[in-house]
Amino acid sequence: MDNNEFLTEWGLTLMVFLPLAGALLLMVIPKAQEQMIKVAALGAALASGAVGVAVLANFNYDSSEKLQFVVNRNWIEAIHANYIVGIDGLSVPLIALTLLITPLVMVYSWNHFPQPHNPQAFLILMLVLATGMLGTFVAQDLILFFVFFEVVLLPMYFMIGVWGGEQRQYASIKFFLYTLFGSALMIVSFLALFFVAGGDSFSMVDLAQGVADRNAAGNLAMITQVLIFGGMFMGFGIKVPMFPFHTWLPDAHTQAPTAGSVILAAVLLKLGTYGFIRVALFILPEAAVKWAPYIGALAVIGIIYGALGCLAQTDMKRLIAFSSVAHMGFVMLGIASLTTFGLNAAVFGMVAHGLITGMLFFLAGSVKDRFHTLEIKRLGGLLLQAPKLGWILGFCIMASLGLPGLAGFWGEFPAILSAYNPAPALSQELFRTYMVIAAFGTVLAAGYLLWLFQRTAFGTPSEEFADVEIEDVRVSEWIAWVPLLALILVLGVFPNIIFHVTDPFLTVMGNTFAGLK
Amino acid sequence: MFAFLLQSVASTFDRPAIDLHALAPEFVLTGALVVVLLVDLFTPKGSRGIVPSVAGIGILAAMVPVLTLALDGADRSMFGGAYVVDNFSLVLQAMFLLAAYVVVLLSTNYVAEGDYAEGEYYFLLLCALLGMLVMASSRDLITMFVALELLSIPAYMLAGWRKRDRRGNEAGVKYYLMGVFASAVMLYGMSLLYGISGSTLFSDIALAVARGNGLGDTTPLITLGVVFVLIGFAFKVSAVPFHTWAPDTYEGAPTPVTAFLAVSSKAAGFVALLQLILIAFIGRDDVVGPLMWVLAALTMTVGNLIALRQTNIVRMLAYSGVAQAGFMLAPLAVVGSNSDGARSAVVTYLLIYAAMNLGAFAVVLIVARKTRSAEIASWGGLFEYAPGLTVLMTVFLFSLAGIPPLGGWLAKFVVFRALLSPDLTAGGVILAVVVGVNSVIALYYYANVARQMWMNPVPDGDRTPVRIPFSLAAAVTLSVVLTVAFGVSDLATHLGDLATFLPA
Repeated sequence: MDNNEFLTEWGLTLMVFLPLAGALLLMVIPKAQEQMIKVAALGAALASGAVGVAVLANFNYDSSEKLQFVVNRNWIEAIHANYIVGIDGLSVPLIALTLLITPLVMVYSWNHFPQPHNPQAFLILMLVLATGMLGTFVAQDLILFFVFFEVVLLPMYFMIGVWGGEQRQYASIKFFLYTLFGSALMIVSFLALFFVAGGDSFSMVDLAQGVADRNAAGNLAMITQVLIFGGMFMGFGIKVPMFPFHTWLPDAHTQAPTAGSVILAAVLLKLGTYGFIRVALFILPEAAVKWAPYIGALAVIGIIYGALGCLAQTDMKRLIAFSSVAHMGFVMLGIASLTTFGLNAAVFGMVAHGLITGMLFFLAGSVKDRFHTLEIKRLGGLLLQAPKLGWILGFCIMASLGLPGLAGFWGEFPAILSAYNPAPALSQELFRTYMVIAAFGTVLAAGYLLWLFQRTAFGTPSEEFADVEIEDVRVSEWIAWVPLLALILVLGVFPNIIFHVTDPFLTVMGNTFAGLK
Repeated sequence: MFAFLLQSVASTFDRPAIDLHALAPEFVLTGALVVVLLVDLFTPKGSRGIVPSVAGIGILAAMVPVLTLALDGADRSMFGGAYVVDNFSLVLQAMFLLAAYVVVLLSTNYVAEGDYAEGEYYFLLLCALLGMLVMASSRDLITMFVALELLSIPAYMLAGWRKRDRRGNEAGVKYYLMGVFASAVMLYGMSLLYGISGSTLFSDIALAVARGNGLGDTTPLITLGVVFVLIGFAFKVSAVPFHTWAPDTYEGAPTPVTAFLAVSSKAAGFVALLQLILIAFIGRDDVVGPLMWVLAALTMTVGNLIALRQTNIVRMLAYSGVAQAGFMLAPLAVVGSNSDGARSAVVTYLLIYAAMNLGAFAVVLIVARKTRSAEIASWGGLFEYAPGLTVLMTVFLFSLAGIPPLGGWLAKFVVFRALLSPDLTAGGVILAVVVGVNSVIALYYYANVARQMWMNPVPDGDRTPVRIPFSLAAAVTLSVVLTVAFGVSDLATHLGDLATFLPA
């Protein structure tokens, strides 16, 4: 078998399951061999990353609207579920993000695992998480997608519940119950969709075709489609999270250990927005048109509500968590516009939010490590005590508020702009109103972020910490952060790196919506 | 004169053809239970461990003819159609045998270490198992009733096996009284059905139930008969509002017996329901469907809500078992439009449920050996001193909750599939949403146990490692392998699709 053939056949499968294999390997290493455990875990993550890089390098970017590296095997025949994996321009950036974040988080945690320590269990969970996240992004069969989508729940539940902060038990079960509620309705929708679309395949492409055929024949009731979309909306909307289902997020983020918060912000939330585009919009375009005004409304409410929530926070980590609600609001607004332009902005926004908010949670973790508190009013003068840490925080805050030239800008600004000219089937007045509200949200964002920076980094250290020696950025932190910081800058200057990949697929999708009245 | 009589008898009475191969599983098991009694009689007191081995080997030996019958593949029908061997009976018999084998593994140490009569215990267990095997093959009211009593009466005694314990007595008596009452209701229903159809065979009853017997309007009588028979079995599967015996009985009975009741006995009830509803009552899905809809919705909701408040793990599992029964009843609500899907879904669910629930009980037994308590609070910090056991229990719990990729998700999935196909109906969709919401409620109490094990401190600070006897380790291993395999492969769904009835 020649190399390329091997990669086509096994590349994605290896990439997804190498972390799981690593997790199984970790189980048999004796607990006392901590160093070996860490090396093995990082090795598994890097091996998966290496395979992933090879796949992405061989990906044909000139036809990125087509599914590539497709593998289609029988799986659970009795329920017509197949093992179908494949990637296109929509999945590539998110896979790259996931492959990057996992090893970085491991490096960051290397020498300070949160209480109650136990790196073995922690790393096993992290590797299982990686398999779940990567699997979700490559799955092209709804059942396979659902299984991977759910696989991430358990490790995250334990990560928050065992290694989290004081309210960890409450936060972890809240996270679990909210997400499962969405999933339960989502799977009902998936099944309904399966039967509506002909009942012989769960492949997303076949389902979309089945629905399109029945719509063309005019024998599929709109109410059925709208209700099916509604079930998916619950599943994905809770994951994103959209207002009013966001209340699990501040608790989960705040209580999770740093590594958990970073993964949650960087990748897990994207499972929801990715699902919206990949599953809901792709398969049910006509129902999406009906839902878009409501999604848009919830998105802008999320933007404003998240921003106001931020202004009321006294805890740095909780503030960053609320800012996620606002940022995901921009992503959802881009999606709700149902235009190529808006969808591109949304995907860029996902990646940018992953990098920037992931970084912010890293920083919050490091601040907590040094000051043992995240209460904003007890902090201050970070630039004096740990200038490098302070400036990195400043850089990320600038990126987060959407400063042009940094990655955050290309997610936020085009998303707002896309609402100016939504898909023809949508009400222009309504979406222009959304646009104005969202634009106001960016002002609030600048407000709360700069206020955060001012209170934590400027001024002089509070009396409490005035005489405490604060260590500046450590080596492990540098290793974990430099790639993220570099990407924030590079993507800010050359946003086409991502737009080039995502545009062909999203153009096809945008044209579908443009054709609907 | 006599010669004439003899001649007339000889000409009218044909000895029914007995297919020895078809009856081999029952014969082997009957032989095994006689051997168990004899072995117990002739081994000196104190030499424990022999009887359970004999019982286990007997069960596995009975598995052999089940396999040869399956390989042979021919459907067999005996006694005028009252007793059949078809795919359905073979799949379910294999499940009953395997589940009973695990129960023997669970019982080995428990019975040997407590002050219990060992020989009689396994004798009764095998008797009940024999009843279950017969149940899976019966296509006749009388055969089914005999099977039911054969599996119930030993179970009444086993439930009260801890005879010096007041809760044990309560368990036995309550189960007995409720069970007998249910039998009476059922018999009344059966007599009505016999009165209308003039036959006890399901195939004849099916005709009469669908068309009446041509002697005036018999619809109300048929309805009454159908409802009474179904309610009798609703007791057996602990469907709300006929579930009240379950928690007290489960708590008071010896834990291995509880596992047996919660898995095998409940499965036997479902086997009977499937045969009745899909063969005998198929013409009256206008009665069966709504009845099952209400029973299913009530059972899962009430079971879950009460399970939320439990502090004892066995009672929690009892109520969770009630809720799970609700999930299993759900496909029967759409039996009119999707009878094949309903059958396949219930069988698949039964297989997966047996694996994961037996596994959970096995871990409960292992942990109770150390903590000497069934309070959920006593599970605190299990992860610190028994990480492997904690992971196993986590697998079983979250499988019961239906989290992919563990078996339970596929069980829920086939229920959803049955409810939503082939066409979306309002009743099906609403029940599917009720199932969905209930799965979320259920997660809370399953996750609560996981929370104790993973996130709480050890209550008494006693971190001595847990010693796991060989038989319990085997039971847990078997259960966990099946639980995971059912979740990621098409084993269970395939068997569910395979388990078809012999066409009448």
